[in-house]
Order: sequence, then structure tokens, then C-alpha cells
Amino acid sequence: MGKISVNGVGKAYRQYSSPWARLAEWIVPGSKQRHNLIWVLKEIEFQVNAGEAVGIAGMNGAGKSTLLKMITGITQPTQGSVEVQGSVAALLELGMGFHPDFTGRQNVIMAGQLLGLTVDEIDTLMPDIESFAEIGAYIDQPVRTYSSGMIMRLAFSVATARRPDILVIDEALSVGDAYFQHKSFERIRQISKEGTTLLIVSHDRNAIQTICDRVILLDGGELVKQGPPEDVMDYYNALMADREYQRIRQEKTAQGVRTISGSGEVSISGVRLLNMKGEVVELVETGEELVLEVKATVNEPVSRLVLGFMIKDRFGQPMYGINTHRVREELTDLTKGEEVEYRFSFDANLGKGNYSIAFSLSQADSHLDKNYEWRDRAVIFHVVNCSKEDFVGCVWLNAKVGIVRHRLQQVVCE
Amino acid sequence: MAIAQAIWSYRGFIFGSVQREFQARYRNTLLGAVWTIINPLAMIFIYTVIFSQIMKARLPGVDSELAYGIYLCSGILTWSFFTEIVTRGQTVFLDNASLLKKLSFPRVCLPIVLVMSSSLNFLIVFSLFTLFLVVSGNFPGWVFFSSIIVLFVQLTFAIGLGITLGVLNVFFRDIAQFFGIVLQFWFWFTPIVYPISILPSSIQRVVEMNPMTVIMSGYQNIFVLHQIPDWWSLGKVFVIAILLCGWGILLFRRRADEMMDEL
Repeated sequence: MGKISVNGVGKAYRQYSSPWARLAEWIVPGSKQRHNLIWVLKEIEFQVNAGEAVGIAGMNGAGKSTLLKMITGITQPTQGSVEVQGSVAALLELGMGFHPDFTGRQNVIMAGQLLGLTVDEIDTLMPDIESFAEIGAYIDQPVRTYSSGMIMRLAFSVATARRPDILVIDEALSVGDAYFQHKSFERIRQISKEGTTLLIVSHDRNAIQTICDRVILLDGGELVKQGPPEDVMDYYNALMADREYQRIRQEKTAQGVRTISGSGEVSISGVRLLNMKGEVVELVETGEELVLEVKATVNEPVSRLVLGFMIKDRFGQPMYGINTHRVREELTDLTKGEEVEYRFSFDANLGKGNYSIAFSLSQADSHLDKNYEWRDRAVIFHVVNCSKEDFVGCVWLNAKVGIVRHRLQQVVCE
Repeated sequence: MAIAQAIWSYRGFIFGSVQREFQARYRNTLLGAVWTIINPLAMIFIYTVIFSQIMKARLPGVDSELAYGIYLCSGILTWSFFTEIVTRGQTVFLDNASLLKKLSFPRVCLPIVLVMSSSLNFLIVFSLFTLFLVVSGNFPGWVFFSSIIVLFVQLTFAIGLGITLGVLNVFFRDIAQFFGIVLQFWFWFTPIVYPISILPSSIQRVVEMNPMTVIMSGYQNIFVLHQIPDWWSLGKVFVIAILLCGWGILLFRRRADEMMDEL
């Protein structure tokens, strides 16, 4: 139960030059084909094992939603086949096809019935659904009076009220507020732990990286990459950077996969992480003063250059990032052959663990604009904590403690 | 068989939808379900009292004050039932596009819900009409029950037409527009407000080929003349209805997947 196999799936929509062309194709006997096939997905092949959590990433129009619609059985593939074992609950876009004129409660019953529950089962689950959605008295109001967040809350509560074998979520969670997002992620994690197969489309990198075991990247209707979340998301990030472009390469290093991408006008020629004695370090003490030295080579003249770096923890979550645009130190009018040396000094106020540093060379603040080079995991270092108190977490805030004790004065009555 | 099984397992959804639709119709009204009774009563009142008593309209050849009123009711009430199924059938897939695009369920449930909820409304109207016949002393006796067979033929015909048009309308949205006009002409080409005898005999022959003429005159025979309908003509209409249903279902099955891409 909960296994999905997608075998060589392709999906094409028929495009007719006009409605008359369709009519002609339908009614003229032996008529030639009068439509063009627009392929939105091509030869998609992957398996999802029971209990696995898989993310699907890709730009708008990459075919993510179409793929989910085929997995949930809403549309049929033009080629290949999709096999799904077990019950599927799906949250596609907003809502679950809620009817705007019916009350939340009526819609819950309807959605439950469409998920194959009986009215008795829904009645049993209703208190749970109501309390999880936290929409209060709105449950008995027509759904058209709801905010989009409330619709999402209710839809999510229904879809997960009874643990399905497979849960499919398409972008739905981005609507909710931070509180509900947190709460729903908690529930997703919970049911995932209990054995539900997850299939999640999200543009939220954090969400994908914290929940998924594996990510599938779609681009232009093709499956371009699948693998561990961080590697695939790094690749996706690079893919997004500059559409017209170029070259992305991933190198296997001892510490994992390193993604390098960019148009190459400027490139990073050397990176060193140094301690105060000027020695290259890999092992860093919490709070230690460090210098990050970056050398960049200008291969083609560029009008503006911004260097940024970002320290990420082992889950790929950013700890700290800054660039020379933000500190108003961007360079202008660089000529071919120029070498630039940057030195950033900072204190490693980080908790113990593994960290990586990513770099970007770009024209402006965002690397999405004009990306000369993006380099993930250029430096890996480990933080140990020998000298400070043994704190928890990834930031050393150096909390000082002050304590005053107030004792009850013993009053002796005579 | 697979379809029958799918429908059975979604019976909760089907009955629930019929119930919700019924409730939604009178939601936010003060009188609620009372309107289900007031509306048809008003209609019966207009046709019987106003037409026969005030306007003194008489049906040629029948010597009863209420005859024309009953003639009108038996035609118009059942015709409305027919058009409700056909017009709602035309747009059933488009109207439920948001549901179809988000959830996977047997799509055939939607026309079933439609037919059941229309039938429920008609049942109320028809019961009131029957009650009126009993109260006014015009109840046709055992002949009344043959109207159930005529209704069945009409329903089969309406379902066949509704499903066919519903599928076609997803691909060619002109269908709903066009059929709105067709239904108006159809109404006036069917002897509902006038008796067929007032038409010139050449036109009579054309109008008699209209399947709805057979069905309508079936009701008129039963309720006005207290005669059993012409089974032979009705049988022919039933064959047409069955063929239309078969064609509709075939079209639906062949185009259902493509239909989803068009919604």
C-alpha cells in the first residue's frame, strides 16, 4: 500500500486551430488528424516506495500539477501508465472543489464522501476536523465567506483527517499563515512517520528539504534530476538563476555534491577559510574569529560585480548570508583579466555541527538577475564547542544569567 | 458492471449531493422548503383558475370548465421537468469543473445527482397536481398509473439527450446557446398550450413525428380524457430514447478523458 509507479508517462493536450477543426475531425468520416499535440510531460519514469516522502520541484509550467493530476487519477496520461496502490487524498491548488454556497460542514461531508468515507465515519472525524482547522463558528457559514487561508485549513484538515495511504499536496500549504503552516507540517511529518507516502509540490525550499527524502526536478516537461533534496534543490537553484544559459555542473566531493553554475564572466578561482594565525582551518571553535578569503577572476569585462556568501547548516538551511551589495562595497567596471581578492572577517558564533559555505558572483543583489557564478558547498567546515558552555542550537547568543531569589519570610506568630 | 459498482460505492456522495442541492435551493429564505409547495401551487392556480374561470378558455370537444387548465398543467409541468434535465445536463460537466479538476471520482455520479434532484422536485410538483385532481374531482382513476410509464419514457429520453448535449457542450460551447433556442421552438411545435386539432392537417403530420408530441398527448389523454395513452407510438419513442441514451453513454465513455483536458 502506498506505492506509486510512473512508467514512461507522457501527457499531451490537443490543440485545434479552431473549434471548426475539431468538429470536422469528429464528424467527417476518415478525416485526417486536424490537431497538434502539445506535450507538457515527456517520458516521466520514477517509483515512489511506500512511506517515502518525495518532493516535486520545478518552475511554473514545468508540468508538476499535470503530473500530480495523473497520479491522483483526475486526468489520464497520453502515453505510459501510472500505477497507484492504496487510498489517495489530494490537495490540489486551493480547496478540494468546495462548493461556495454550501457551509463548511456540508463541504466537509461532501469531500469526505468523495474520499470514500461514510457519513458515520465523517461524523466521528468531524470534531477532529473542526478543532484542527480552527475556523470556529465559520464551519456553519457558506464557504464563499471564507478567506483563502480558511479554505486551505479546512481542506487540509479533511484530507488528513483519516490517514491516507498516499497524500498529495500541490502548493496548498503556501496559503496558510505561519502558525498553520507550522501546524500542518507537523501533521504531515506525523502521518509520514506513520507510513503514508507523501508527494509534495512546493516552491518552499525549506519545506521540501525538511520533509522530503528525495526530490524530483521537472523542467520543461522532463524529469531532469532526482536525488537527495539538497543536491537537487541546489541544482534547481542554479537552473533558475539564468534561464537563457549555460552550464551547470555537479561535482562529487568527499563531503557530497557541489553544484556550480553561471554564465562565467567572472569566476571564483580560490577560496580559503583562515583562522587568526592565517592557517587554513576545517575545524572551528565556537566563537572563533575567522577570515574568509575569496579570489575572483574576471574573464570578460563586466560593469558591476557583487560577491555574496552564505553559510548553511547540514540541512541546507541558511545560517547567515551577506553580499557586497548589501554592505555597499560592490565593484564597477571590471576589465578582463582582473583578479579581485575579498576578505570577510567574522566570528563563528555557531553551534556544533557541519556547515558549508556557498558563493555567488552576480551583477546585483539577487543572483537571479545576472549570475556569473554560483558555487554551492565551496567550503565545508565543522564547528566544535570546547571553550563555551554546552548550549543547544545553531547560534551562540552568549546569554548571561542573572538570578535573584525571593524567599518567603517566615513569620512567627506568638 | 464496473460503473455500477463505482456508483454504488459513491452512493453516499450521490444522496448527499441531492440533499445538499435541495437545501441550497431554499437557503437564506425565510419560508424554506415551503417554497417547493408554493411555486407549483401558484402555477396550477394560474392555469386552472385564471385560464379556465376568468379567461373562460375552453378546450374544444371537452365539456368541462377545468379541462383546459388540466390540459395546460399536464403539458407544462412535465415539459418543465424535461427541459430542466436537458438544460442542466448540457452544463453539468462545466458547472462542476472545479470539482472534477480537483478530485478523482466516477464522473457519471454528476448526471445521476442531477437527474435525482430534478426528479425529486418534479415529484413534489406532480404530487400537488395529483392532489389537485383528486380535490377537484378530476382524478382519472386507475388510468392515472399509466402516467408513470409515460414519465419513464420521458425521463429516458431526457437523460439520453442531456448526457449527449452535456458531453458535446464541453467541446463545443455553442451547444448550450443553440439548444436554448431549439427548446423554445420545440415547446411551440409540441401541442402543449394548444390542441393538435387546431393545426392544419399537413402541419399536424409533421408535429406528430415529434417524440415529445407523443409523450405530451399521452399525459393529456390520461389527465383530461381519462384514456390510456397510445402504447404503440409511445413504444417507438421509447426505442428512440433508449438509442439516444446508448449513444450518450458511448459518447461519454469515449470522450471522458479528453473532456477532462478541456475543462
